[in-house]
Amino acid sequence: MTPIAPTFFFYFLSAVALISAILVITRKNPVHSALALIVTLLSLAGLYLMLYAPFVTGVQVIVYAGGIMVLFLFVIMLVNIERAMKEEEFNKQWIAGLIASLLLGGLFLAVYFKGRAIFPSEFTKIPEQMNTQQVGMLIFQNYLLPFEIASLLLLVAIVGAVVMAKKKLS
Amino acid sequence: MLNQLTQYLQSTVTPGQAGSMLWATIYILVIFAGISLCVVFINWGERKALAHFQIRLGPMRVGPHGLLQPIADALKLLLKEDTIPANADKVVFWVAPFIVTTAAFVVYLVVPFGPQHAVTDMNIGILFMLGVSSLGVLGIITAGWASNSHYPLLGSLRSSAQMVSYEVAMGLAVISAILMTSFTPGSGSGTLSMIGIVEAQKAQGVWFLFKFFPLGLVAFVVFAIAMIAETNRAPFDLPEAESELVAGFHTEYSGFRWSLFMLGEYAAMIAVSSIAVTLWLGGWMRPFPNLLSGTNWDTIFSLVPGAFFLFLSAVTLYSTARMPKKLTFRIQTVGLGAFGLLLGAVGLVMLVPGVRERVQDIFWFMLKVAVFMYLYIWYRATWPRYRFDQLMRVGWKVLLPLSLGVLIVTGVVGLSPELMTWLKGVL
Repeated sequence: MTPIAPTFFFYFLSAVALISAILVITRKNPVHSALALIVTLLSLAGLYLMLYAPFVTGVQVIVYAGGIMVLFLFVIMLVNIERAMKEEEFNKQWIAGLIASLLLGGLFLAVYFKGRAIFPSEFTKIPEQMNTQQVGMLIFQNYLLPFEIASLLLLVAIVGAVVMAKKKLS
Repeated sequence: MLNQLTQYLQSTVTPGQAGSMLWATIYILVIFAGISLCVVFINWGERKALAHFQIRLGPMRVGPHGLLQPIADALKLLLKEDTIPANADKVVFWVAPFIVTTAAFVVYLVVPFGPQHAVTDMNIGILFMLGVSSLGVLGIITAGWASNSHYPLLGSLRSSAQMVSYEVAMGLAVISAILMTSFTPGSGSGTLSMIGIVEAQKAQGVWFLFKFFPLGLVAFVVFAIAMIAETNRAPFDLPEAESELVAGFHTEYSGFRWSLFMLGEYAAMIAVSSIAVTLWLGGWMRPFPNLLSGTNWDTIFSLVPGAFFLFLSAVTLYSTARMPKKLTFRIQTVGLGAFGLLLGAVGLVMLVPGVRERVQDIFWFMLKVAVFMYLYIWYRATWPRYRFDQLMRVGWKVLLPLSLGVLIVTGVVGLSPELMTWLKGVL
């Protein structure tokens, strides 16, 4: 199977994802951060496409970039941004954050170098035309129970939100 | 070059599948130009049709029957001063219209104008269309926020709430149509690919509109309502309700940027109409494939596109003859006559045997989409605008349960043979 896109796209998409991810945490204005996060999510979708997973790409775009980020922006806009920007950050914990992220990065590197044995030497090649069908088979046959448990969890969250938003009956 | 052309004419798949970069680029350019042109003239058609609904004449001055009005409008918009409010967030204000337009046009990568006439055929076609078109709402929200003004912000908040709510009902209606593709005998699984969906309708010998009557029809009606809300058109045009919000999210925009919003809105309208046509109305297939089947009828129907253009040409030439015989109208008369002759030439080319088989798919597809575009205008002229709480109630309490119910019943009806054998085994 020939690659769909040259290696250039991998580096390009990774660079876009990293730069916009840095913008997410450095921008003062939360709306700019949210927009940068959308760019990150979209370039991740492109990376999924390079991994022969078009279905995951579609879901990434429709759920994260199209759904969740719209709600993010919706909430951010209701906040008075100008006042929020003038306020001092009350918890300057960037040293703790740096240590935590370094530890996480070290963990990833350790897994990558020491744990090569766990990963298969080459990934199973599914024809691109059948990707969605394969995902469906896996979800509804092999992993039916975990899938249903996850949906139950979401149902609990929805019921909780409805209960909290409900008007109190006196 | 000639080699490329013959290769293209012999191919039976889309350029994307054939891996032909050249033809994919040509298709993209042709679709971009064609859709922009369609948008411009739908705008004229809308003004004209609305005017006649309200017993007015509409644009009459620029060109015969105002035919050149859209060109004059486009020129005016390009030359107009492009203002940016002093306290606006410049970068976001600048980017927002481009998000809307890009999202509306990227969708056309997978629209199947015919079995060979799409840029490409993706395994996730319909998912891609829904996903990318849902990105358009980001542009609307950011436009409203970046304007730093009250009406645009209210408009964009309304818009995001509305689009997120109607996306749910729309998605469920789409799923029930995709579910129908899996009931093709001998296929085993359904498909999300746009071309695959039309081919499933061909294999089952029925448009999904009439499949499991009335289930397909109900899902289609839910989609048809949700798609109007999704594109912010009357009677769901609350984000730009002029009686309450001046012009909603694009109040502060002017000139070129404003026209990008218009372009994006109309392009998105054509895009969702083509989703509806692909899923329920048999895509590029000609009408009455079962009732009037056979090679004779095939030939007769393949003559229709050419005949249609010849009819248009005849109408144009007739009105050329009826133009006032005054010196001031001479240029208009000559122009209209030339336009009529051009239409006639197109019609004659479409009658040539080799051409007509290849062109008729596009013609039927565009005709079905055109019906939807006329419906959009008709709705706008007929129905008053909803109140916002009514809109939310319709979306969540009527359309969502309806589409969920249709989805479940479609599954049960489609699996009924298997269910019956299972029941017999149990009893």
